[in-house]
Amino acid sequence: MAKELYEGNQAMAEAAIRAGLEAYFGYPITPQTEILEHLSRRMPELGRTFVQAESEVAAINMVYGAACTGARVMSTSSSPGMSLMMEGISYIAGTEIPVVLVNVMRGGPGLGNIAPSQADYNQAVHGGGHGDYFPIVLAPASVQEAIDLMVLSFDLAEKYRTICMLIADGSIGQMMEPVEMPEMRPVVRRDWDWVVNGAMGRERRTLSSIYINPPDEEVANLRMFKRWQDIQKNEVRFKEYYLEDADFVIIGFGTSGRVALSAVRAARQQGIKVGLLRPVTVSPFPFEVIEQLSSRVSGFLVVEMNTGQMLNDVLLAVKGRVPVEFYGRLGGVVPFPNEILDEINRMAASTLSLAADPRAAWYDRMIAK
Amino acid sequence: MATLAKPENLVYQRPKSFTDVTTHYCPGCTHGVAHRLIAEVLDEMGIAEKTIGVAPVGCSVFAYNYFDTDFVEAAHGRAPAMATGIKRVLPDRVVFTYQGDGDLASIGMAEIMHAAGRGENITVVFINNAIYGMTGGQMAPTTLPGQKTTSSPNGRDVELQGYPLRMSEMIATMDGVGYVVRRSLHDPKNIRLAKKAIRMAFETQVRGLGFSMVELLSTCPTNWGITPIESLKWVETHMLPVFPLGDYKITTSVAEIKI
Repeated sequence: MAKELYEGNQAMAEAAIRAGLEAYFGYPITPQTEILEHLSRRMPELGRTFVQAESEVAAINMVYGAACTGARVMSTSSSPGMSLMMEGISYIAGTEIPVVLVNVMRGGPGLGNIAPSQADYNQAVHGGGHGDYFPIVLAPASVQEAIDLMVLSFDLAEKYRTICMLIADGSIGQMMEPVEMPEMRPVVRRDWDWVVNGAMGRERRTLSSIYINPPDEEVANLRMFKRWQDIQKNEVRFKEYYLEDADFVIIGFGTSGRVALSAVRAARQQGIKVGLLRPVTVSPFPFEVIEQLSSRVSGFLVVEMNTGQMLNDVLLAVKGRVPVEFYGRLGGVVPFPNEILDEINRMAASTLSLAADPRAAWYDRMIAK
Repeated sequence: MATLAKPENLVYQRPKSFTDVTTHYCPGCTHGVAHRLIAEVLDEMGIAEKTIGVAPVGCSVFAYNYFDTDFVEAAHGRAPAMATGIKRVLPDRVVFTYQGDGDLASIGMAEIMHAAGRGENITVVFINNAIYGMTGGQMAPTTLPGQKTTSSPNGRDVELQGYPLRMSEMIATMDGVGYVVRRSLHDPKNIRLAKKAIRMAFETQVRGLGFSMVELLSTCPTNWGITPIESLKWVETHMLPVFPLGDYKITTSVAEIKI
């Protein structure tokens, strides 16, 4: 197919349609509203379901209901709206049904602002809703990747009966890039053996997240954990750049990973042997490859648009073998490549310490500026 | 189960749409009556196989155990949103929610009002017993002025805790609504009227005539702290004046339904 110019939000919406999205429920919030607007036009003309809900709370519960019927369903929001959805997300996780969600993250906490941020990493990756559950979380770094991951997210959610969430930031949602859309896939109503759609000629079924008897809940928790182990084994995805001979490795996801790539290329031109690892699945997190890298490189630099949320996962993987440094911009500020290049130059020129707290050291450098 | 009566003499039996289990409800609670009326209606209309129920959070959280239909279990107050999701992708199925007063009129206020406002083609059975049952007798949005509960121990003080909400009256103002009535379960005559209303509500849905709701005044002997018989009396003497029975909205097309 020919390349077309698409805005990120509209591209994700159209990609979901091409992937066979049957029903969408959402609520307007900047910077993702164009997803809702695009679907409000496209879904009805294709004879599919679109509902603008009264709140994100209602939207996620509409998604919950529709997903119980085996339909491909989705909701999308941005940070404050995702917080409102956390109740429903926990119920969906506990009911073990496939749902796709998109969070176009903005600056926070609270009302914050509408600029690009990655501050919902912990909420997405390490929970947010109550209880034991493990969602798949994908982090695109371009509009094309957002399209590709949108399609993949439906397949992953259904394969594992789990929540699959795309975390993009406001810049992915708002910028326009030339992209290739996938072919239109037909809407397919799945008739899994758990689907609730009326007990016609079969035993009745119930879908619920309630296990009033604690040992039964434990069995359900173990079943969900086993599924998560399979996901960890099978679904880790990441992109590698210039890692073969790298002395230093930058790790960044989404937009900060993309900005870091420009810095890495600039540093390579200066002769600095630096590479980039960009996690595509931030959950499951690419622990193994980072652990392997930590035995042959002399240090890492984690770059995020938050105070180092993914940094904690990197530290878990590195296990103190080599120094890990951190660079973050906050509150809706996107780092420029030269800021990251400065960090690379600093790391290349100095003796890095294993003892230093990377977050505290970064804070001191920020304040000194 | 042993057959005690010859089929030709049988006047009362478990509805087919009921599962053969003992409910968890307290003695004297009218949830069992309300459940039975729904099951009888599903039987009479022959729609159990295409019905999907949405259970609430509250005493009737286990409603899905008692109906021989497909069921889902919603988060507290969110049953109308969940029902919306189901009905929108399965418009030819019958979808109903069963909700108490805390679920529907407190935490789920936004969801019920907007489901009605959108004219979602679903049926809501609303159990109003003026108290939170499952958590042990706290004040509900429908608790009467002066009524003692564990969270209004001196009686509901309207200056501090506001007034009871009349949901049927509010919902009746909305254009998307086809059928909203309030009935009571405090005596046989009213139970018969309640059943007819539930039938009308489901008939409204299968004809695609808009949102339908039946509010049922119900008892909670356990948390009211009185006997089941006193509870039925209390509905009549205390609840009826605050929550008048009646037809709050029946559209012309619904009024034409003959059953």
